[in-house]
Amino acid sequence: MGGLLASAGWQSNWASVLGESFMRNAFAAGALVAVAAGLLGYFVVVRQGEFAAHALGHIGFPGATGAVLLGISPLIGLGAFCVVGAVVIGLLGSRANERATATGTVLALATGLGILFASLATRTTSTVTNVLFGNLLAVTTAQILVFAGFTVLLALVLAVVGRPLMLASVAPEVAEAKGVPVRALGIVFLVLMGLLVTMAVQAVGTLLLFALVVTPPATALRLTARPSRVALTSILIGLVAVGAGLTLSAMFNLPPSSFIVGVSFLVWAITLAATRSRFPSVEVAHDHDHHHC
Amino acid sequence: MTAPIELRDASVVLGDRTVWSHGTFELPEGSLTAVIGPNGSGKTTLLKMLLGLLPPSSGSVQVFDAPPERGNTRIGYVPQHYTDHVGNAVRCRDLVRLGVSGTRWGLRTRASERADADAALAAVGAADYADRRLSQLSGGQQQRVAIAQALVGRPDLLLLDEPLANLDLRNQREVVDLLGQLSAHGVTVMVVVHDLNPLLPHLDGAVYLLDGHAHYGPVAEVVDAELLTHLYGTQVKVVRTAQGDLFTRGA
Ligand SMILES: Nc1ncnc2c1ncn2[C@@H]1O[C@H](COP(=O)(O)OP(=O)(O)OP(=O)(O)O)[C@@H](O)[C@H]1O
Ligand SMILES: [Mg+2]
Repeated sequence: MGGLLASAGWQSNWASVLGESFMRNAFAAGALVAVAAGLLGYFVVVRQGEFAAHALGHIGFPGATGAVLLGISPLIGLGAFCVVGAVVIGLLGSRANERATATGTVLALATGLGILFASLATRTTSTVTNVLFGNLLAVTTAQILVFAGFTVLLALVLAVVGRPLMLASVAPEVAEAKGVPVRALGIVFLVLMGLLVTMAVQAVGTLLLFALVVTPPATALRLTARPSRVALTSILIGLVAVGAGLTLSAMFNLPPSSFIVGVSFLVWAITLAATRSRFPSVEVAHDHDHHHC
Repeated sequence: MTAPIELRDASVVLGDRTVWSHGTFELPEGSLTAVIGPNGSGKTTLLKMLLGLLPPSSGSVQVFDAPPERGNTRIGYVPQHYTDHVGNAVRCRDLVRLGVSGTRWGLRTRASERADADAALAAVGAADYADRRLSQLSGGQQQRVAIAQALVGRPDLLLLDEPLANLDLRNQREVVDLLGQLSAHGVTVMVVVHDLNPLLPHLDGAVYLLDGHAHYGPVAEVVDAELLTHLYGTQVKVVRTAQGDLFTRGA
């Protein structure tokens, strides 16, 4: 057992590693992502915006590699591409299936550009890895401030548009008749998602952000349908995933992303099993249209 | 007091096609009017026009003495296929409450809206499942919740797009009786249906979309075998029972 742990990179000094400043930064950044994801999460699930979340992660990819090519911070490129991508997705398609096509098309173009930029720039290998898999352990204090700004902005915007956005999400035709700006709200939602994805990409990367952006609120929704409780539960799940993931990463001296995703998956799987009796068919919300965002 | 709904030679164009024209009718306050016509004849389009979502391409349309405009709080609306979007994320109580609170920006809540939502759920006989999620209800139960959401703002005009679709006879009857009560209390009700029968006990008249025209007739005129046969392109009989009840049936 001890030999196995050692070969897996067991760190007996993990507790002191947790106290290091890069670890504290990682906790802070991860916690901010968990909070932002929990706040937006109810809407992500209600609007079935999972596909858009996934797509925005990919759309950010050329932003990050392109920024390196231009010699600026990948975070700026990532954020710009995610937000512009969100607006484009919102403008392109108003119907769910149009939107799926629009999102998919933009996504393919973005990934192509990302690879192109990466091969043009000489020192992007680490950027590519960081964008694809995240690097929470390298988060700087400046980035944490940006994350905090994004989270506050997201909370403020949601405080203002939350209820009309909710009506527009669950009853778009009624909302439209009542004079709610359904389309504009859809774009606002996607831009907020762009901010969230920009943060989540830093934390767990393009390929894994689903586990931090979608899985916690989807898990929470199986436990409660009250929006405020979904948000709180989701934040809690996100915090547990980030906390446990970072701790495991310190214990085994391995990158935290896989652990964070693993914990998030575990909580989801356990919840799914525990609430099976309450939901006769496993994924009721996703029956009709997976690409409605 | 003029009629809540008044059309004068109105027509509507979608794309480059006139959906219907020559719409001239007025519906009195507290009346219950059916909207009938084959698929694609423009029933939903008519409701959307009254909601201010589509402009008439000619003629005039007045709703409460003004051209229709989005955001009229005097109108309650139950769209066709309403419950398709809702998924499993919303409790009935929250959904109904959004019928009044969903247009308000900011975080402010009003306690009275909670009571209003409960009252609306009770009025449609859905109080028992107020805390359940919409996806956990049967079609008839979902339809009631949808109507409760339209009712919660105490509308003077209620527009319902095929609220009886997928309901069994008993649920149809209960929803219709509810609509009848509302119209007896002065709410003007317009309801899209494919079968007039369940409505007949409470019906005042019908807008029928036939051959690209929007006609209106009082109930005695509309429940006419020849007209209904023409309307649906299939043989329809009108039968009066010994008790004087009127119903129609495919021959
Ligand atoms: N965006 C559009 N552009 C052009 N034509 C349209 C558009 N939307 C709908 N239509 C057409 O307008 C007509 C009226 O549609 P509407 O939805 O009002 O019919 P309906 O009577 O409600 O039918 P149903 O019984 O199937 O619900 C249809 O023939 C439809 O093909
Ligand atoms: Mg229709």
